[in-house]
Amino acid sequence: MFKKSLSSPHIHHPGYSTQGMMFRVILALLPAAAAYAWLFGWGVVINILLAVTVALACEAAMLTVRGRPLRPAITDGSAILTALLLVFALPPLAPWWLTTIGVAFAIVVAKHLYGGLGFNPFNPAMIGYVVLLVSFPRELTLWSLPAGLAAHTLDFGATLSYIFSGALPANLSIDALTSATPLDVMRTQLGLGQTTGEIMTAQPVFGFVGGKGWIWINLLLLAGGVWLIYRRLINWHIPVALLGSLFVISLLFYLLDPKQSPSPLFHLFSGAAILGAFFIATDPVTAATSNIGRLWYGAGIGVLIYVIRSWGGFPDGVAFAVLLMNMAAPTIDYYTKPRVFGHGKKDA
Amino acid sequence: MSNRQYTDITRNGLWSNNVALVQILGLCPLLAVTNTVTNGLGLGLATTLVLVTSSLIVSLIRNIVRPEIRLPAFVMIIASLVTAIELAMNAWFHELFNILGIFIPLIVTNCAILGRAEAFAVKNPPLPAVIDALAMGIGFTAVLVVLGGMREAIGSGTLFANAHLMFGDWASILTITLIEDYRGFLLAILAPGAFIGLGLLIALKNHFEARGRAAEKSQPAPQSAAASSHS
Repeated sequence: MFKKSLSSPHIHHPGYSTQGMMFRVILALLPAAAAYAWLFGWGVVINILLAVTVALACEAAMLTVRGRPLRPAITDGSAILTALLLVFALPPLAPWWLTTIGVAFAIVVAKHLYGGLGFNPFNPAMIGYVVLLVSFPRELTLWSLPAGLAAHTLDFGATLSYIFSGALPANLSIDALTSATPLDVMRTQLGLGQTTGEIMTAQPVFGFVGGKGWIWINLLLLAGGVWLIYRRLINWHIPVALLGSLFVISLLFYLLDPKQSPSPLFHLFSGAAILGAFFIATDPVTAATSNIGRLWYGAGIGVLIYVIRSWGGFPDGVAFAVLLMNMAAPTIDYYTKPRVFGHGKKDA
Repeated sequence: MSNRQYTDITRNGLWSNNVALVQILGLCPLLAVTNTVTNGLGLGLATTLVLVTSSLIVSLIRNIVRPEIRLPAFVMIIASLVTAIELAMNAWFHELFNILGIFIPLIVTNCAILGRAEAFAVKNPPLPAVIDALAMGIGFTAVLVVLGGMREAIGSGTLFANAHLMFGDWASILTITLIEDYRGFLLAILAPGAFIGLGLLIALKNHFEARGRAAEKSQPAPQSAAASSHS
């Protein structure tokens, strides 16, 4: 079953080589990355540079150990993309060792121990993130405040020294710079018996539909994702099924009990839903491969995101949802195999 | 039996047919309790004790028990022994007993023990059966200790923590702190760490064996075929 699963792309076209695809996906991520850096400070830039360096170093080391040629795998951009996706999931002021462990685990264990690009059953960036989330829950909740909310911002030098040595300028504490993420705040306050309306108006991290600042990053991610569909680098099935099922299930609970359930728009524009829908779940290696399979796969992730966010142990569930459906992808492929032309009847 | 056969039995148990690394048996306790060296050693010794005594008894009664009812008989023997060991640990290693908890009674269901009874003890006289059980038990314990050491060192930055639970108060000096003020790497302590660690150990063993075979090929030794026999 696992051996027989399909792998795309089958068509060879200069624009659709692995390298071409990876760099276009990275290009589509860049506006959002720029907005992320603009809103959350220099830490994002430092994290990206650090993560990409570590990813390329790990990739080169593993290729050398495995006796594979270096050039094609290093230049295909997949390691850079993994690093970039992981940085989106990490707090902007993540210490250097956190980023390094996450990226190294993603490349060494989740990618190369399974056989390298094309053979990994799980999305490497999400494995790296989950390893960090499970191992260092405290560090991952220290999210810096977006521009406009933060009373203090760190300049480049101070950020660099904090990330690499943990030292802050004398008059600042880390609590002044960070807060819980919007999903985390929503979760805690609902647990304290507040209603969603009270939380959205009383808590400063919330803006128009979701977290302040986050809306811009998510809109740019959405634009990048739509561009990827327009350029036919990804199919519409997974993102539409994922966001659609998340929308439907959150709408259902919102209509049943609007005081306890955040609105569907809040769910779509908070956390990593959009990033996951367009950039993580669509990874051609780990997703389902037939169009009907992709719809099931995306819908499964959407439902799981809602379930984990609402009743699970963590504020956001995109990474766990993607990994769980990665596990299910070969089975989905098995049951949604397209009928070969001329063989069998649809209702036979 | 000749000495040669005893050597083969021992080599089988310790290395080439190792319970944990080759037969992949007894994974439930192996994965669950190996978060420190002490826990691994404690469970490994308890399992070895059950394995040796059950193999001895099974071998002694092998001509009396009819094949049709041998499995219930073996399971009852193993269960009685485990109950005895459970009571003994509760009395003399009470704190360790509390840490290992459910995994002491669960030794009954460790497939390695029933597996050795069925595959070896029931077909062999007492002495080879005991040697086989001892080798298998030590092989299993060694993997538990190595895996426990890996997970403890990476997960909490210590080695032999809580050793006094097993050896008495003097053993507190055995505890080594590898890294001061270690933040801890929870993944190694939790279940995924056990799976990843066991996978790496199996890979390491296969790597050694592949290298051994490659060395044999390059300079053919006369007795190489028998030495590398692998079930």
